[in-house]
Amino acid sequence: MKLRRVRAVARKELLQIVRDPRSLVMALLMPFLQMALLGYGMSLDVKHLPICVFDREGSQTSQALLKRFQASIYFEIVAVFASYDAVKDAIDRGTCKMAIIVPNDFSQHLADSHATSVQAILDGTDENTATLAAGYAQAVLSGFQTDVAFRWNALHAPTAREPGHLAVQSRVWFNEDLESRNFIIPGAVALIMALIGAQLTSLTIAREWERGTMELLVSTPVTPMELMVGKLMPYFIIGLVDAGLCLAIAALWFDVPFRGATSTLFVATSLFLLVVLGIGYLISVGIKSQIGASQIALLVTMLPTTILSGMSFPIDQMPAAIQGLTYAIFARYYVTILKAVFLKGAGVAELAIPLAALGVWACVIAALAARAFRKTID
Amino acid sequence: MNATAIVAESLTKRFGTFTAVDAVSFTITAGEVMGFIGPNGAGKSTTIRMLCGLLRPSAGRAVVAGIDVACDPEGVRQRIGYMSQKFSLYGDLTVGENLRFFAGIYRVPTNVRAERIAFAVDMAGLKGREHALVQTLAGGWKQRLALGCAILHRPPILFLDEPTSGVDPDSRRRFWDLIHAMAEDGVTVLVSTHYMDEAEYCNRIALIDAGRLVALGRPGELKATALGGPLLLVECDQLGPAIDALSRLPGVLDTAPFGNAVHVLIDHARTEGDLAMALRRAGVRVRRIVPIAPSLEDVFVRLVGRNRKQTAA
Repeated sequence: MKLRRVRAVARKELLQIVRDPRSLVMALLMPFLQMALLGYGMSLDVKHLPICVFDREGSQTSQALLKRFQASIYFEIVAVFASYDAVKDAIDRGTCKMAIIVPNDFSQHLADSHATSVQAILDGTDENTATLAAGYAQAVLSGFQTDVAFRWNALHAPTAREPGHLAVQSRVWFNEDLESRNFIIPGAVALIMALIGAQLTSLTIAREWERGTMELLVSTPVTPMELMVGKLMPYFIIGLVDAGLCLAIAALWFDVPFRGATSTLFVATSLFLLVVLGIGYLISVGIKSQIGASQIALLVTMLPTTILSGMSFPIDQMPAAIQGLTYAIFARYYVTILKAVFLKGAGVAELAIPLAALGVWACVIAALAARAFRKTID
Repeated sequence: MNATAIVAESLTKRFGTFTAVDAVSFTITAGEVMGFIGPNGAGKSTTIRMLCGLLRPSAGRAVVAGIDVACDPEGVRQRIGYMSQKFSLYGDLTVGENLRFFAGIYRVPTNVRAERIAFAVDMAGLKGREHALVQTLAGGWKQRLALGCAILHRPPILFLDEPTSGVDPDSRRRFWDLIHAMAEDGVTVLVSTHYMDEAEYCNRIALIDAGRLVALGRPGELKATALGGPLLLVECDQLGPAIDALSRLPGVLDTAPFGNAVHVLIDHARTEGDLAMALRRAGVRVRRIVPIAPSLEDVFVRLVGRNRKQTAA
């Protein structure tokens, strides 16, 4: 491999990138657009869910309960109704996702048994939201009951200790607030890098074919290895810039806690970039049209990364066969590393296995890419 | 001095069932300007591409600069310059950027790089336009720049595939001046063209049709012998009846209208008198019959016609 040729190819490629501002702008704007889309659009949390209430009792106690719903960050009371029909209508129209109906013997029941029940009507068309909302509603209600019971005890036996019931206090590590955003965003970074990386290089060889410059290039003594290295270098730098942008947006804009070391991220990102750039290059060598290559690159990177990398669906909940398949998905390792570095502060030592896996991927892809290009025009 | 630069031994290229190049053999001596002449699709480009190692021959062998192309294509590529039929420099790069790119790819020594690039710019007549994007240049300039890029590394052998197609006559002349200047420096040039006048500028020409090498020789040689008999110009009053009468006459190999006269090719047993008599019998008034020197175009048309007849038979 001759350095001068690599440099000549890299400089030429860089000039072509600069001359085609569309692709450069796309490469640099993509992180912002995609991060905004995925960061805001792909939330699995239920917050400020629009609900309506129908208070059949209208007592101080029932109002106190409804105030608790209003105070919860999970719910937002958007309507107060006085009939079942109105409630049904609101759920049907979808203006409310849940209705809380307080029975007319609510206070009485509470005073008698320190236990209450209210009716919750849920819009089950969105199963995930409905389940979560029911859980949150339960939590609001039991909180209210505990308070009432406690106050009742205090009233009747001022010296008595708090009623002695045992409760599990769960503490969540690494994502203390259980913000789904905190685990979605590191995964989103992996998805965006895979998309951009493969897109960028998928065009590079196809463009030479389409513009007819390949014939002359093939007639020169440049070797396939020199061509590959020279062509990937500028995109590697753009990829690193993009990765920096994505990670900065994740940490600074979306406030995903960043507990690891930048150096770990740099190593992992470099390896991942080599893999995706190499895949794009391979596609470009195989498919001589820019549009075709770009479509295939999209397909090859987007589907496995979204579905099988653990970015949006937890791998350990997949069927065993599919779990096995995820080991063959390069994005899986990067997603694991990103989440661990961001949320756990893991370092190179803890991440040795996924890093090694990415390294193997990078080597295999680079070897394939260097060999794939044949210097003939047959 | 007379070393062999290029050898083609029964070079054959098949694309599926179509034979683009059919067992073409020739030898080119160093410093020679060899012209490939033939209609479009005759196999000129395919032959050149096989010699450059861009296409693998289906059969046969190519040796360029003493190196077997199949064994060491990179070794060959170091020693050749190639200009493809289709313009293939980078249009989105400037003149200077293209030249610097190819200088880097060919690893032109740094101490002569600036001088070689300046020479190429000068040769292409692009002085002062080094910063112009190549896609903004007119055809002639583009072609000369492509030649400039192809000779940056001073290759001993140049392959030029229709370098002057679509270029105005003045630019074509200038381009041929450049080719001859390089040949004088000992560069071997294989150039394809479909302009007959350009064929005259070559030391030797190879006539290619339908994948076959139809004739090979110096232009003068071909004109003198390839037709197989003298060529006569017949001026008369009625062209149609004249051609009818002449083509029925035994010993007449070919007739072709040429302006308001007829070109007639006869074998050596016929004379002008035979023609005059035949025409008079047909009632055609003959103004004059004179022997003429055939042009390469006559040779070309005649040989291609004969090749087609043979292929069809």
